[in-house]
Amino acid sequence: MSSLSRDAKAARIRELLATEGDAVEDNTTGFNDGRYDSVSKLDDYEGLKSEARAIKEDAIERLPELVEELTEAVEANGGTVYVADDAADANRYIESVCDDEDAERVVKSKSMTTEELEVNEHLGGAGVDVVETDLGEWVLQVADESPSHIVAPAIHKSREAIAELFNETFDPAEELRTAEELTRFAREKLWEDIRGADVGMTGANFLTADSGSMALVTSEGNARKSALVPDTHVAVAGVEKIVPRVEDLQPFVELIGRSGTGQDITAYVSLFTPPTDAPTLDFEADAVGEGERDFHLVLVDNGRFAMREDEHLKETLYCIRCSACANVCANFQSVGGHAFGGETYSGGIATGWEAGVHGQDSAAEFNDLCTGCSRCTEACPVEIDIPWINTVVRDRVNRGAEPGNLDFLVEGLTPDEEPAGVDLQKRLFGNFETLARLGSATAPLSNWAASFGPGRALMERVAGVDRRRDLPTFQRETLQDWMAGRDVGVEDPVRRAALYPDVYTNYVDVERGKAAVRALEALGVDVVVPDAGASGRAPLSQGMISTAREKARAATDALRPHVEDGRDVVVVEPSDLAMFRDDYEKVCPEGYELLADDSYEVLEYVYGLLENGADPGALRGPTEAGVDDVAYHSHCQQRTLDLEAPTVTVLEELGYDVVTSDVECCGMAGSFGYKSEYYELSVDVGERLADTDGFADADRTVVASGTSCLDQLADLLDRPARHPVQLLAPVG
Amino acid sequence: MSATTVERFCDSLERVGAGWTTAAPADVEAVLDDLVRDPAVGVPLDVDGTDLPADVDTDPSPVDLEAAATGVTRARGAIADYGSLVLESTPAGEEAASLFVEHHVAVVRESDVRETMADALDALGPVLRDGGSAVLATGPSATADMGDLVQGAHGPETVDVVVVEGR
Repeated sequence: MSSLSRDAKAARIRELLATEGDAVEDNTTGFNDGRYDSVSKLDDYEGLKSEARAIKEDAIERLPELVEELTEAVEANGGTVYVADDAADANRYIESVCDDEDAERVVKSKSMTTEELEVNEHLGGAGVDVVETDLGEWVLQVADESPSHIVAPAIHKSREAIAELFNETFDPAEELRTAEELTRFAREKLWEDIRGADVGMTGANFLTADSGSMALVTSEGNARKSALVPDTHVAVAGVEKIVPRVEDLQPFVELIGRSGTGQDITAYVSLFTPPTDAPTLDFEADAVGEGERDFHLVLVDNGRFAMREDEHLKETLYCIRCSACANVCANFQSVGGHAFGGETYSGGIATGWEAGVHGQDSAAEFNDLCTGCSRCTEACPVEIDIPWINTVVRDRVNRGAEPGNLDFLVEGLTPDEEPAGVDLQKRLFGNFETLARLGSATAPLSNWAASFGPGRALMERVAGVDRRRDLPTFQRETLQDWMAGRDVGVEDPVRRAALYPDVYTNYVDVERGKAAVRALEALGVDVVVPDAGASGRAPLSQGMISTAREKARAATDALRPHVEDGRDVVVVEPSDLAMFRDDYEKVCPEGYELLADDSYEVLEYVYGLLENGADPGALRGPTEAGVDDVAYHSHCQQRTLDLEAPTVTVLEELGYDVVTSDVECCGMAGSFGYKSEYYELSVDVGERLADTDGFADADRTVVASGTSCLDQLADLLDRPARHPVQLLAPVG
Repeated sequence: MSATTVERFCDSLERVGAGWTTAAPADVEAVLDDLVRDPAVGVPLDVDGTDLPADVDTDPSPVDLEAAATGVTRARGAIADYGSLVLESTPAGEEAASLFVEHHVAVVRESDVRETMADALDALGPVLRDGGSAVLATGPSATADMGDLVQGAHGPETVDVVVVEGR
């Protein structure tokens, strides 16, 4: 990316932060908090998700067969099914249905698939009046804006903005102010449109092949009206919406509202088997009719069958479009879908959808906003590995890029496996290990040079490293050097461990590595620091999968003899632990097999030692550490691994008073917050953490497990932040 | 059906913002009379020993449906865990009578209250495979699209449920 397009991107983000950020934040964090509350009431949330996942896996596997079964069922009920190859094909068919009905007006309920087709524009061009009846969609139709969220399309608009829009557009007799007044006005106005409409168009959240039914998950009642009032009903749905049986709807109905907007269930789950036999309604007639109803189901392919054949994009088809991945996303919470927008879908899983239905270019625009924090993976009701889809698309975008003419500048620093043309900024951050090794070897000279004004200006212009961030300070003596110079033995060790020297701990924040060694030794563990290099996290986060794989294999080879020798692998940096326990499954299966079950986060390991009888007196409590109260932020990927609790428990057992944050991510997210186009977004996200009770309180000592969290907190709070192991480790 | 299932159903109704009453069959008409606001439309209840109040119009024209304040319909099922009603849609016109009105009053037999979503969908499987349709309706219609949560969007603003004891 050129510095010019970085500036343009930064400007766009700045504008969205200022204009839409507050409304988006209120709404998405509300939905996200609601999700946690709502799923906590389920007896077996994880089991329900796995059940939903299994149904989707089976359905997508058998999709051609299910399309056939569904078609037979709908036709047996008296409806028509049309399988549309692409948007143009679907639109042509829908227009022909409207022609046959001499339709002047179509009323619609909310449907992302019809947004994907741009059916409104198409029908409008054919002279048909299309009216959106979902209140949020209608607001956008009146305002001529695009959705900022796949479930609640107008979350970027405040009540005041909607009131102003309605008052200006419709000039009502009495000025509209409250949400109640706005809702009543819209309901009455839209009813006039619905009662005289010729065709009702809906989406479908699910389709059941055995019965030819559709499930519509809604709250307002407009979808029910759109399906009931006009005699002709057109439902438009992606082919992936089919599940085999009516009974299969159960986990989805229980999960979709909870996952999306935090409602246990939405007001209406319509289970229609159209054409329904509800009486027809002609408001000019004296009695309800028994007239015939027509039903057309338009099943949309538009790239989906090809996605099914793509081993990485295939998982996208399991998506039930609940919006959990967007609501939980720290970046989305700050800027919403207008920053994350492809052509249709926005946030989280949108990368998969956009790449699949609109092509890679559409996904490329916003793909970098995924930091790989992984919080969406546990929020997803069908267990989709969304960060992996983002990474794969990023890798494909990288590979499709044209070589730039400044590549020679970083070529020497980037001994990677990537083709020329990968963005310089990505290559710089993706090869952080090389920088760190060189930086350490030449410290302190390297630190002075890097901090020197003209150097920073060049880095910002060429590689987009934001000048407002402090750069990491490389240490001349690495953790490995320090360890080699020690002569400390533990007699009769209770365990034997290999402390993994991640790049930051080895070259930059060496003190936390030393503290980890001392803490483990104090608890009777024999510790070595193996000669292992980077895990591959940095290149993976830039979408450089080949480079990540090379690094992962080398790290695995270096750790193998230690594991085979019976040592536990203990990891300080949570993002590297997440590589071993999670990402390696896809990136480096041999590493996953070796390390997934034998690697531990350092405080998780300490917790285990204490549980097994180690003496907590060997560690420092509040008095020895000179610290009473702490504010602790657990790293995003650490929380996804369910490893916040061990740290909190250990600190509390040692007598510390601990408050924790509940924000999803610190906003720094590795290299993300250093990138000049994202600096302001990163700070906005970080402020949610900095404003958390306890963190802003200067009397509390701030501790965090991740390197980037520590950097972000130190920047925003203007006081130092440490890794928790540095509190409790005996002084060396 | 055990009393506890109905009790849990009623607790759930409160949680979702719906009113509830339990009534013996002979008392249903009087209970409904208290609940309905005119003009009222409805669908015959088809529950042994119960009657609709006389002023509930069971053969409304489209315009009557549009103008009605209250709609009284039978719910063929209910879900205790969620406070949901299973509103089947038939030629009798339940869908319009439960949707166009400001106030929906549903009558459900005690024996039709099921525990879980899975129970309800197990019961609905054969109905849908036979061409039937139903709405799982939980509380009043609602929207948050106008900047704040509002009850009463395109559908009813209030919902009351009458559970018929011993049926």
